[in-house]
Amino acid sequence: MEFFERFAIPHPSIAIYASMVAAGLTMIAVIAGLTYFKKWGYLWREWITTVDHKRIGIMYLISALLMLFRGGVDAIMMRAQLAVPENKLLDAQHYNEIFTTHGVVMILFMAMPFIIFFMNFVVPLQIGARDVAFPRLNALSFWLFFMGAMLFNISFMVGGSPDAGWTSYFPLADGESVGSHYYMIAIQIAGIGTLMTGINFITTILKMRAPGMTLMKMPMFTWASLITSVIIVFAFPVLTVALAMGTMDLLFGTQFFTLDNGGMAMLWANLFWVWGHPEVYILILPAFGIYSEIISTFSRRNLYGYKSMVGSMVLISLLSFVVWAHHFFTMGQGAFANSIFSITTMAIAVPTGVKIFNWLLTLWKGKIEFTTPMLYSTLFIPLFTLGGVTGVMLAMSAADYQYHNTMFLVAHFHNVIIPGVVFAMLAGLTFYWPKMFGFMLNEKIGKWTAWLLSIGFLLAFMPMYVTGLDGQARRMYTYSESTGFGPLNMVSFIGAAIMAVGFVLIVYNIYYSVRYASRDISADPWDARTLEWATHTPVPEYNFAITPEVASSEALWDVKKKDHVLFKGDYEKIHMPNNSGVPFIMSCIFFAWGFSLVFSLWIPAIITTIGIFVCMTLRSFEKDHGHYISVKEIEDTESELRGA
Amino acid sequence: MSELFPLKQVMGFVFSLVLTAVALGVYYFDMSFAVGMTVLLVTAFLQAGLQLVVFMHAGETEDKGAIYTNVYYGVIIALVTVFGTLLALVWDMG
Ligand code: HEM
Ligand SMILES: [Cu+2]
Repeated sequence: MEFFERFAIPHPSIAIYASMVAAGLTMIAVIAGLTYFKKWGYLWREWITTVDHKRIGIMYLISALLMLFRGGVDAIMMRAQLAVPENKLLDAQHYNEIFTTHGVVMILFMAMPFIIFFMNFVVPLQIGARDVAFPRLNALSFWLFFMGAMLFNISFMVGGSPDAGWTSYFPLADGESVGSHYYMIAIQIAGIGTLMTGINFITTILKMRAPGMTLMKMPMFTWASLITSVIIVFAFPVLTVALAMGTMDLLFGTQFFTLDNGGMAMLWANLFWVWGHPEVYILILPAFGIYSEIISTFSRRNLYGYKSMVGSMVLISLLSFVVWAHHFFTMGQGAFANSIFSITTMAIAVPTGVKIFNWLLTLWKGKIEFTTPMLYSTLFIPLFTLGGVTGVMLAMSAADYQYHNTMFLVAHFHNVIIPGVVFAMLAGLTFYWPKMFGFMLNEKIGKWTAWLLSIGFLLAFMPMYVTGLDGQARRMYTYSESTGFGPLNMVSFIGAAIMAVGFVLIVYNIYYSVRYASRDISADPWDARTLEWATHTPVPEYNFAITPEVASSEALWDVKKKDHVLFKGDYEKIHMPNNSGVPFIMSCIFFAWGFSLVFSLWIPAIITTIGIFVCMTLRSFEKDHGHYISVKEIEDTESELRGA
Repeated sequence: MSELFPLKQVMGFVFSLVLTAVALGVYYFDMSFAVGMTVLLVTAFLQAGLQLVVFMHAGETEDKGAIYTNVYYGVIIALVTVFGTLLALVWDMG
């Protein structure tokens, strides 16, 4: 019995017990459903073992959407708690656990897989490749991310959720429960997956572009993905090291981030943000890439200022590494250090502004067509700019003493993240949906969603700027009536509820479109400009039957307007990688390894460590030469897809 | 004969052993902290560069440009991070 006590949650509530029951029932329903419909084999062959970048992308997408709802429920609970003063819906401990989970889930398990979904699905198609450079590594990346996310998500039901904020500052994180262990280890596992994704995409983009596609002829989303991957490769190792040090402090009694014996708690904050600030650019640059594609497609003209777009991204990637201390202006360093980081921070506004103007100038002489993706993109420009302006306010270190740790900051970062990243994800999802699934999402519901989300967003977050300046602190589970924050927080709650309706509409839109949307659409339903629209829908396993040859960044537009010929020559047999179950199995072992470490179960921890190395050794000695798709098979597939 | 003998690799191997021995010297000989650290830092970076160029063939393919750009980018970011951290947490900490 004593052994099992460690798995109990230290701070239970009815909501948590209800979630346990719900989680249990969902598991049973999924297992029963798969068995009843005899889908286990299908699931294993077509999805779990797949190395196809399109399918891996779709699995990232599903995970991201699930996590969006997990994080969204957390958000609604917090806003409900704060809606009226001295509310008793949640107590302080639960509020702490919820904002911590919300932050981690939204950033690492929602936004990250969402951008990686786009990179996976779009980049190989956009550069005319058959897959990524290392397909099996890609599968491992996904499964590690997935298992890390799952490990984090069970924390509130098994052993207790982390409660020290998504930044998990020491010494606060050095708590009694296993929450911080979950934080360190789950993020570590997912982070290793992300790091491998970065390496994979740098190689893919540098080595596998179609003939004729020089670096300066790459579509903008591919450029954004390249720069993002570079930032990943340089930023994530810092996180890896910091998490490893933190884990050792928590599990093995080292003293890196403690307050005595030469430890330095501030070093954690420092390392966290050395990774953390580049991380926000990892999220926003692909979003910018998506907006660039959408804005030029629906302005019916080429993107204005291609070179300055690329240049500003390169500059942003460098600057993103020299600003991190703006997250702790108030930690005690002097005016000199703060001034330096203030100035570097403000400098980032310049390349970002260049990009905003380029989009505006693209719209300027364009023939604008307001589809749902375009609606999101045009809503993005003013809303994001608002967040950018408050960002420059926060960058002034002297003034930051006023804003620091208040709702003003919370309003700012949601103001850049929601219109910047979330809108891009939804715009991109609507844009690429027909390429993935062969039918379009309903435009009318889509536009309703975009407007509801924007209005809800403004109502939810504008009041926080005001209460923040008035001194409402972040991460506080309640406030007294005499502060006068009550009415504005109620407005915030209404805004959050409207956003919730928006998110439910997305699900309804998917349901509605699955049932009613026409399946009779072309492979290029938006009249787009880049290579990913030049192949069939559904995209065949090998992407392009003949490797395309391109002459500009808008290869498909050249075909339409300049009689460019993309596909020259005859079919040849195509070499493709084989599926493999090892990435999945290895990631399951990683999950067990993480779980064992969280609860300091040393014997399973040692066994699983050995298991991980066994998997890697097997891979080293495995001979897997992939397989060929014969010319006959290509001809059959092609004529079938053309006929359809 | 000269084509068959990997002179560069053998020399590299000897040199990396020498670097290791010098670094080990810090432990065996009595020297001030500053001198010891300097020796360690210099030998460490020479060692890393040696491995990269001689044994990991950084400059031997058409991807030379991309590889070195990445390495320089990484070095710049590492230096900025180290010195920025020192600035914020040590030099300018009141
Ligand atoms: C859908 C609408 C959303 C609402 C209503 C919402 C609401 C909130 C609230 C109330 C807090 C806690 C404020 C406090 O007491 O400190 C919070 C924190 C946070 N949110 Fe959101 N949020 C939303 C979406 C997002 C998204 C999309 C992201 C990121 C992709 C995000 C990232 C964060 C982060 C990082 C924190 C800080 C957590 C911490 O303090 O450790 N949120 N959010
Ligand atoms: Cu930052």
